[in-house]
This record gives sequence, structure tokens and C-alpha cells, in this order.
Amino acid sequence: MKSNQSVVIKFLIGTIVSALLAYAIGIYGNLPWWSFVISNFIVAILIVQSPWKAFLSGALGVGLLWLILALIIDNQNGHLLSSKVANILPLKGSTTALIAITAFVGFILGGLSSLSGSFARKVK
Amino acid sequence: MRILPFIVTTLATVGLIFTLNRQWNLGGNNTPKIGYFLSPQHGFWKNAEKVNANFDASIIAGELKGNVDVYMDERLVPHIYAENDQDAYFVQGFLHAKFRLWQMDFQTRAASGRLSEVLGSRTLVNDRKFRRLGMVYGAEETEKYINEHNPGMKETVDAYTAGVNAYLKQLSPEDLPFEYKLLNYEPEQWTPKKTYLFLMLMSYDLTGRASVADLQLTNTRDYLGYDLFEKMYTNQQDSLDPIIPKETVFASPSIKPITPMSADSLYLKKNNSNASVVVDGATPESPDKNNGSNNWAVSGSKTKSGRPILCSDPHLGLNLPSLWYEMQITTPTHSTYGASFPGSPAVIIGFNDNIAWGVTNAGRDVLDYYELKFKDNTQKEYLLNGTWTPTTNRQEIIKVKDSADVVENIAMTYWGPTMYDSHFKDEQSKGRNLAVRWTGHNASTSVETFYKLNRAKNYDDYINAISLWKCPGQNFVFASKTGDIAIKQQGSFVARWDRQGDFIMPGIDSSYDWQGMIPNEENPMMKNPERGFVSSANQKSVDSTYPYYLGTASSFPLYRGISVNKRLAVMNQITPIDMQGLQTDNYNVFAEVARPALNKFTDLSKLSPDAQRMVNEMNRWDLNNNANSKGTTAFKIIWDSVEYAVWGDEIAGSKIPLTKPEAFVLVDQMNRDSNFSIADDIRTKDKIETLKDQVQLGIEKATKKLIALEKENKLAWAIFKATSVNHLTKTPALSRLNLSIGGGVNIINATTENHGPSWRMVVHLTDEIEAYGLYPGGQSGNPGSPYYDTFIDSWAAGKYYRLLFLPKAKLITNERTKWRIQFKNA
Repeated sequence: MKSNQSVVIKFLIGTIVSALLAYAIGIYGNLPWWSFVISNFIVAILIVQSPWKAFLSGALGVGLLWLILALIIDNQNGHLLSSKVANILPLKGSTTALIAITAFVGFILGGLSSLSGSFARKVK
Repeated sequence: MRILPFIVTTLATVGLIFTLNRQWNLGGNNTPKIGYFLSPQHGFWKNAEKVNANFDASIIAGELKGNVDVYMDERLVPHIYAENDQDAYFVQGFLHAKFRLWQMDFQTRAASGRLSEVLGSRTLVNDRKFRRLGMVYGAEETEKYINEHNPGMKETVDAYTAGVNAYLKQLSPEDLPFEYKLLNYEPEQWTPKKTYLFLMLMSYDLTGRASVADLQLTNTRDYLGYDLFEKMYTNQQDSLDPIIPKETVFASPSIKPITPMSADSLYLKKNNSNASVVVDGATPESPDKNNGSNNWAVSGSKTKSGRPILCSDPHLGLNLPSLWYEMQITTPTHSTYGASFPGSPAVIIGFNDNIAWGVTNAGRDVLDYYELKFKDNTQKEYLLNGTWTPTTNRQEIIKVKDSADVVENIAMTYWGPTMYDSHFKDEQSKGRNLAVRWTGHNASTSVETFYKLNRAKNYDDYINAISLWKCPGQNFVFASKTGDIAIKQQGSFVARWDRQGDFIMPGIDSSYDWQGMIPNEENPMMKNPERGFVSSANQKSVDSTYPYYLGTASSFPLYRGISVNKRLAVMNQITPIDMQGLQTDNYNVFAEVARPALNKFTDLSKLSPDAQRMVNEMNRWDLNNNANSKGTTAFKIIWDSVEYAVWGDEIAGSKIPLTKPEAFVLVDQMNRDSNFSIADDIRTKDKIETLKDQVQLGIEKATKKLIALEKENKLAWAIFKATSVNHLTKTPALSRLNLSIGGGVNIINATTENHGPSWRMVVHLTDEIEAYGLYPGGQSGNPGSPYYDTFIDSWAAGKYYRLLFLPKAKLITNERTKWRIQFKNA
């Protein structure tokens, strides 16, 4: 049905736009690492979804972005640095755990910022 | 807007950002800012270098006068080709910063007593010590001197500084070195003063041990009384093979130091018996006793090619990133290759188109304490030759992270800064007011010596270059293509009377002053000797007929020099491969004399079966400290245990750590005199132990340790020794642990737990120069780079790389040349 399709499309667009903006902002090293919070917040205002969906699309947008970036970097580096960091942080040397918490941080902060944005817009 | 959910979630978001964006104190250590650290576009992931990274680059720097081409070989060693000297040093600074920024910054912070600014109060004691020792003071003196008197060196250091800062300018925040992100701070602008501070750090590493040793020795002498002290801490080394051979006749001294009349009673304290010591504590941080090196040069008369071969391997702490950074610098005035110091311009140990040079530490005493008598607590006046003399105040402020600034008010006296007093003390200083006098306080000329050595074409240039050298005193070895070899112990050395400076001296009496500095011409040296080689391995440079006192025997390891000279004396038709073999030689010449001495006092029949087994293990051993050798471990633990059994009671009663007697003292006694009364354990009043008793006791105790190691399969020498190369923060994950390498103290391959040959170089002075070298590290200081620890395994295995030293045209087409960095001025 049309409304279901539009819900899914909004969700996908919300997720992808969140990811792209977060990536674009992240290129500017002079901006703080958490700048995607702002862009996620704005995306959630502009792309109207229910709060839960807003949370999820913001979370997946940044979470998946971070996951993919970390996987690519780690692979091209031959796991040299991740294996060291996984021993400096209390992760018992697991590079998988390191990548997982990287993605998780992006996920949770991305989700919370989108959720805030979804509550910020006026109720119709 | 739904107000309540909005407020709650927004606060939660802000709260989460806050949590992820600050350091938390976990178990005494600060975590990084976790959100920042884990961010793939900002944090540590940005430092994970691609395995097949391309280092080609084009850089525009307006400070350059011309263009500079840098070619990197497959080991990431840069070969700089510049059109003038200043541009070369600019690029050297840029490259040092590009590959080793954090290390340069961190080491100079440590040198200037500014670690607490970024690490908090746990580094405060060390920062205070360095400030009061005069590390910043010495760097300031050097800067003043160079600015006023040496425009050439000023220009060089300024160019280097500009290069470092040019790199910093284009460094994006997300590309900060890994350790800055881990520890949460940022790099600073480089200044010439930082280069001078770095050189102060080297002076401290190589002459600063006295700052702890002099106090310890004074306390030891006070505790034991002079007579017992003289026996246990004699300076007489029976088997000494000095750098300048015995039988050398020395020139009549221009200074004849006069021992003060009061020395016996007020200084040596010959009439004092046991004093009491009251405070508990651990031995404070001090430069490693093993900081030293080997070097030698063999003349064409002993080599297969007829050309000299020069070898140099400095022994320092094994760290990542390495102290050394290999590079080649070529300008119209010279072309040089070798190991450089990130933090300083020029090549430090290396060679050029005509000559090669290397250094070992001289070990001479150039740091003394003088005890002060202040008029009162204000420290405004002190007594000198019966007159109250005014001090001046030097204030140094130490910033402490997350805490208030600490202000050091240092009373400056005739002797030097007041290092210890009632405001700054430890178990060793015992609350005494002590001024420290150190040649490190005087303006350093080190940069100019390196600059000139890089350009030296012959023996005269070499002598000219090193004649400027003041601190830390070094044995400079030299060889030229034209066939000269030479060695000279050069530095600013005090003309001392016997034992002057071993202990704290009275600061109220100027008859204890330094009576002069030994003129350069009177420093020990040798050129083109009959025997065809020169060498040094930190042993005393001369025998006792030399008219000046060198310092205590503990500063001059005895055995490595014996080993080196024994081998060089009988070698002929020498090739570079032979020299590599000698640098990595594991033969234990100390064990050669100590093992029979031990056996002389061992009665096997009185030992337990396990102990007999261990003694046999020790006796079966071929005297090589090889990685897989069990006999090495057996010998070491048995010897240490016997030593402790003999000396232990004498120094056990003290509550502060006393100086450990040198190994040669016991060995010499064992070989001379079986009635060694010190063997008696003074704690057992009812019986008198002999050396045989103590040896037996020592062996049995050692056996317990050896059995435990055997059970865990840790008896093999390399496994027991567990040599590691440690990151400067001592973080295990960033270090390389448990390396399979032999060697040890007293061995030519002087590799101990985390100390050893930090650079190995063999230079064959053929027309093209055939040189080999490596160090236990990698050219990149980035733990995320494949070039971080590239050379360590080869180093442990005793291998060497052929060093690429070519004119530009040949280097460009060489198969080992991989990348090019072009520097343009517009």
C-alpha cells in the first residue's frame, strides 16, 4: 500500500542521508568528531518519521557508516593497528570486538541525536 | 513539539557526547576520549596506514631557497638531495616531524620537566628533579651562546626548526600521531631550544647517572666506614685492558690537582665507622648503568681489501619509536649517511664520501655534589670560605594537568643550582642541602661537532670537529679511505685528584673546587698504532699512570673491552662479514674467569643432587650467551646468588639501597686470596663463614630458582632474559616482547632485558663505501604503520642491511628506490 511504501522509502532515505551527511561532515577534521549529531538532528526534523523509526534510521545511518569505514581501513591495514588497540583497550585482543564497539558508538549516538530531532518538530 | 521527550532525549544526547568526549580515570590511568578515539574519520582508525601505502608527495614550502628531492628506499630511509645546506636541514626537520613527531615532542617534554603538564601528577617528582638538575638551564645557556657567538649553527638549527614547523602547519587534526589521541594532548611548535633540550637529554643519559650514584656511594661509604668501603669498592681493576694500551707514556700534566688538607677527615671520612640510616625506599630513577657502547676501527694492514673497516654500536635503552632515524643528506658541500636523532639536525653516527666515525661513552665523572650551609631557611645566603655569600633565585614553574602549578625556587650558588634541600629531598639526599655542578650546565657545542664530522674529509678535519666537543664526553673512533684510523676520548673533563667527586664534597671550602679542565691535547688518543686497530668498549681509557683521576671503577665496565681487543688482536684478512660477526659475538669473557673462580671454592660432594646437576649444566656450557643456552642462565643465577651471599650481609642492614659492589671485585679476590674475610656473614655471631661456605650457600639458593625456571621451560637464556623493545609509554601492546636474542652484560653483543645495541653499523672504506647497518625499530614512529618495527627481527637474528649510499643519478634508477618526495619553494 502507498503509505507503507512511503514509510519504507522515508526510512531508507533517512538512513542514507544521515550516513552521507555524517561522512561529508566527518571529512573536515577541524570540526568535532560528534558533528554528525547536528546533521542527524536536522535530518530527523526534515524527514518526518515516527520516533522509533527516526531513532533507527539515524542509528543505522551512522552505525553502518562507521562499521563499513572501520572494516575497510582495518582490512587495508592488515589488522596491524586494530590488534594493538584491542590490547590497549580491555578487549582481550579481539579486533572483532573493537570494530563492534566502534559501530556501536556511532549507532547509539546517531540514534539518540535523530530521536531528539524527531521530538523537536511540531506535531501535525 | 513534544516538550518533555524532546528535553529528555536532547539531554541524553548531550550527556552521551560529554561522556564519550572526556578522559576517565580507570585504575589510575586516563582513558582516551572514547568517542573521539573510536571515530573512523577522526580517531585511531586514521592512523591505520594502508599496507601498500604510496609515499610519493609534492610539497611547497616558501622557506626553501631552492628545490629539494628526497628519494625513499624500500626501508623508508630518505635520501635527501638539496641545492644548499640550509634547505637540507629544513627537509630533515620536516621528515623527522613527518615520521617521528610524537617521539620528538615527548622526549623534549621529558627533558624539560614538562611531562606533568600532559600526564598529571604522577610524573611530578621526575619533572622537579630535572628542573633542579638544570636541564632547562643548560639548554638556555646553549641557546644564548649559539645566538651570540655562532651564527652558522644558529642558521642550521633555525632551518631545522622551520622544517619541523612547516610540517606541523600542514598537519590536519585527524592525522595527529596515534599517541596524541591516546593520551589526549596536542603537539607544540618546535623551537631551537627544544633541539638543545634534546641534546641535554643525551648528556643526562650518558653522564647523569652520577646524580644518583654519587649520593648512593656517599651513603654506602658512611654506612660501611672507609676501610671496608675501600675493599668492597676498590677502583683497582687487575685485568684492565685500557683503550690506550698500558705502557703508553703520557705527557707531563699542565694541571697538578692538589688534594685538600681536610680530605681524609672531612671528605673521605677515614675515621668514621658505621653511621645509621633511617629511611626506607627504592633506588630512584637513574640513567641505565649499561648506557655505553662498542666501537673499533681496523686498518688496512689487517683487512682483506687493504682498506680500513670501522664499526660502531651504541648501547642504549631499546625503545619504540627508536632513538635513531636513518637518512642520507647530500648537498654541494658533502654527502653523508648514518643514524640521526629526531630532534636535532645532522647525522650523528655515520660516514660520508671520505671518512667514517662512531662514538662510545667515555664514562668520565663530570657531575659533582657540594654540600651547602645556608644561613637560614630563606636560602638567601650560604657560607663559602668563611663568608656569607648571596644566592640568586631561579624560578621554574611546572604545570600539572588537572591540578595547580608547582613552583620551584632554586637557589643558584657558585657551585651550581641547589638540587636538593628541605623542599626537595629523597631517601638518598637525606634532607641535605646539595648544589650540583655539571659540565652539562655549560653551553653545548655538540651540533657543530656533528655538522663538521658530516663534512670531514680527513684526519685533520676529524680532530678539528671533535676538538669543540664538551659534553657528554665520548670516545670518537675514526677511519678514512686513505688508510688512517684513530680514536680520541674527547670532552670537557675535570682535572681531578684521586677520588675527587666520588662523594658529596664540602661546599663551604673552595679548595674542593674543580682545579681546572684538562686541555684537549692531554686527552687520551691514538692514531695508526702498530697493532693495526683502535677500539673502545667503555673501559677506562688509560691505566693508572695517567696523571688525572677518571672516576670510580663502576663507570668503566671491564670485560667487553677485553673481549673486543682479544679478538681484534688475532684477526687478519678481515672482511665486513667478520666485523658483523664480531659485533654480534656472544662470548662471555667474564664467565671465562668467574667460572673457574667459582669452581675453585665449590665442593661438589657437599651439594644437593639438584645443585650438582645445575653446577654441571654451568660447567658444560661453552661460554657463549647464545639464545638457546641453558648453561648461560645457570651461570648467571649462580653467580648473582653467590655475590649476594658474600656481600648481602654487609649491605642488608641498611634501610636505604646501597651501591652494589662491582663483579670484578669478587672475582679478583677469589683469584687472589682464599682468606677473604668479608665472606664472613656478620649477622651470624656464632660462626665464621668462609668463601667456600658462601659459595655453597649461593649455589643452593640459585638451584631453587633454576629448578622453578626449568619446570616452566624458561631455562633457555633468551626466554629467561625476555628481551623487549618497549614503547616510550611502556604500553605492552605497542612494544615488541620476548625477542629471541642472546648476549648480555659484559658481552660484545650487549643485549640485556631492554637495553642493548640501539644501532649497529659496519663501514668498509672502499671507493664506493660498502656499509651495513640496522637498528631494532622501524623508520615510521606510527604504531599503525607496517614500517613501525620492520628491522627488529633481523636485528635479533644478527642480520644487517646493505646501506644505500649513492650519487643522485644512480639512486634514482636503483631497484631499491621506491618513492619520491619533491620539495619546491613555489
